[in-house]
Amino acid sequence: MSTESTTEQTTRQGRRQSGIGLLAYLLLGIGFGIVLTKSEVVSWFRIQEMFRFQSPRMYEIIASAVAVAAASVAVIKKLGLKALSGEPITIPPKTLGNGVRYALGGTIFGLGWALTGACPGPLFALVGSGVTVMIVSMISALAGTWLYGFLRPKLPH
Amino acid sequence: MASTAILVSGPWPWYVAGPAIGFFVPALLIAGNALFGVSSSLRHVCAAVVPGKIEYFRYDWKAGAWNLLFVLGIFLGGFLASHYTQAQNVAISEQTRLALMKLGIHDFSGLAPREVFSWSALPTLKGFVSIVVGGFLVGFGTAYAGGCTSGHAISGLADLQLSSLIAVVGFFAGGLVATHFFLPLFL
Repeated sequence: MSTESTTEQTTRQGRRQSGIGLLAYLLLGIGFGIVLTKSEVVSWFRIQEMFRFQSPRMYEIIASAVAVAAASVAVIKKLGLKALSGEPITIPPKTLGNGVRYALGGTIFGLGWALTGACPGPLFALVGSGVTVMIVSMISALAGTWLYGFLRPKLPH
Repeated sequence: MASTAILVSGPWPWYVAGPAIGFFVPALLIAGNALFGVSSSLRHVCAAVVPGKIEYFRYDWKAGAWNLLFVLGIFLGGFLASHYTQAQNVAISEQTRLALMKLGIHDFSGLAPREVFSWSALPTLKGFVSIVVGGFLVGFGTAYAGGCTSGHAISGLADLQLSSLIAVVGFFAGGLVATHFFLPLFL
């Protein structure tokens, strides 16, 4: 039940994609890495400023990002657009359940976000930008993900 | 052009940065029906390298190859942005600067304070908690919540999903607790 839905969320690109298609994701990733760095959302200082409510900057960035994404998703759904690969664009709803995994998992991630000053995307961008010690953070994040997988059957979801 | 110069020198104003981030949601959907989110890459790496007998990691991780290429791109983008465009100190508010100085931060150059985020600080209490414990919680929490800032706060909220709203409230609850109660204990 919940296992299937999570696997669905993460690996819905069931068929493997070919070379040219995959190159697009590399290029989009490069663009996203540049955007994350130039917008300074990868900065521990900015994350501290956000969690101390001492500047509207991060909130303005998140809000305008959500607004643009939401408007685009609405247009895509309304027009029933297809992906360049030809398949229809679908966004599967997340399984809500009793919501515990989102509240508890979200809070645990939030603790880590404030401690490292980085969420997963920025971790990769920071290593690229020369804060090489964040490789250790990435390995530690992999260990955390692995432990979750190990404990998953025992955790409330 | 002055506007082009700003994009190269940076930092970008919020009204450029935010919409630019939001753009990746439709871009990935149109590229191949891919759902914008970064933390699943951590799961794919675990599944590829150390799946063990764990059900959570027993799936065809190669179907997530697009996601692994996307995060490889993020790494390269971070490199390009910091090496080929002008960087300066992050201009945080004076209040934040003073609050952080009280916690013992004095080096405000770069994207993260070197006193905490450097190889020489790694074996110290503040370095270990920030880098290792923090990273671990990021990995565990995003896996448990099924998404991070990109998957829940941007993609999920944009699709008006209640699950994502709950997760984002959690992100901030955790972040506020860590910032105001834990950081003063070890920085």
